Amino acid sequence: MYTTELQNQAGKPKAQVASTEDPALLEAFEARVAADEFIEPKDWMPEAYRRTLVRQISQHAHSEIVGMLPEGNWISRAPTLRRKAVLLAKVQDEGGHGLYLYAAAETLGTSRDEMVEALHSGKAKYSTIFNYPTLTWADIGAIGWLVDGAAIMNQVPLQRTSYGPYARAMVRVCKEESFHQRQGYEIMMAMASGTPEQKRMAQDALNRWWWPSLMMFGPPDENSPNTAQSMRWRIKRDTNDELRQKFVDVTVPQAEAIGLTVPDPDLKWNEAKGGHDFGEIDWEEFYAVVRGEGPVAKERMKARIDAWNDGAWVREAALAHAAKRNARAAA
Amino acid sequence: MSDPKKEWPLWEVFVRAKNGLSHKHVGSVHAADDRMAIEAARDTYTRRMEGVSLWVVPSAAIVASDPAEAGPLFEPAEDKVYRHPTFYVVPDNVKHI
Repeated sequence: MYTTELQNQAGKPKAQVASTEDPALLEAFEARVAADEFIEPKDWMPEAYRRTLVRQISQHAHSEIVGMLPEGNWISRAPTLRRKAVLLAKVQDEGGHGLYLYAAAETLGTSRDEMVEALHSGKAKYSTIFNYPTLTWADIGAIGWLVDGAAIMNQVPLQRTSYGPYARAMVRVCKEESFHQRQGYEIMMAMASGTPEQKRMAQDALNRWWWPSLMMFGPPDENSPNTAQSMRWRIKRDTNDELRQKFVDVTVPQAEAIGLTVPDPDLKWNEAKGGHDFGEIDWEEFYAVVRGEGPVAKERMKARIDAWNDGAWVREAALAHAAKRNARAAA
Repeated sequence: MSDPKKEWPLWEVFVRAKNGLSHKHVGSVHAADDRMAIEAARDTYTRRMEGVSLWVVPSAAIVASDPAEAGPLFEPAEDKVYRHPTFYVVPDNVKHI
């Protein structure tokens, strides 16, 4: 891709990244990645590549798991049986996506328990979006449409990310994710064409979720220190700002089609660049949420930690049962 | 808090999409025993009619070739094009061969 190539030419000196590593191995690795080859678990890779992947994949996995909470909040209150069945299936998918991703990260030599512990201790981050509360049923529509829409925008290029297990997990995730976005849009569509109160709820949900969704793409390129290296290693395939722009351009007409208004007075079509101009994002808010100051950050972590602690006896009992069965079989 | 000995073992999951096709690797799951591994694999990898049969294998039981040996193992096949039918020239008017 054009931008990736630009980054390559302007790339930092290679030695700076991993000066302690065998230059011949490093060079061979760089060449393989530059030729769009996939790297597999047992292949040699620079330590920084491994670290970056563990961070990114585990963070991605944590986001899927924590992401089950805001939607799980509405399963018992879904307005119809159909909506309930759909939401259950979606939340179950998110759990599955978390598991594909944890498994991919484990191929890099980290353990599941280490990752879970990093999440619970606050060392590992997850997507800031899940630290916002789901106040009304319309929020479930907005999450599917906007949050899953933004996630798809991020994940589609990751199907060609250079690490094989991560790329394969992304192929499965993307295949399953498009129903998530459509069911959300369908909820918004139904509400936007319902009673005036329902339409107000839909608009209110869009108002609250729009900016946090744009923040999901991460800090602007000039403040994204990891982007250049990640692009050179083909871990990332597009920059944060490129993906954000793409998301705005596809989503604005979707809002218009159902009579909702994107809450941005500066939003307007820019013929010259063939895309929308949009207003300034409140990055102070973003960094505050990253630091764990989101409206429901504490509640989210408490729910995860409680689930883990409350499940401890089940994990132990299952192991004891397996040990007993093995002992019997051996006798 | 975490004790590596207490983590459930890892299993590799293989799914047969339909009878007539072989099982294909799709990913892995953690489970305390074989029965639970099948159930976890079913929930994790076959939510959309992906298959009709599952295999789970303890990951520790898999023996893999070393990527560093990929050259000696697989490169010798590269210059043996005569193992493929397209290597041989047959006149145009000769059929069914």
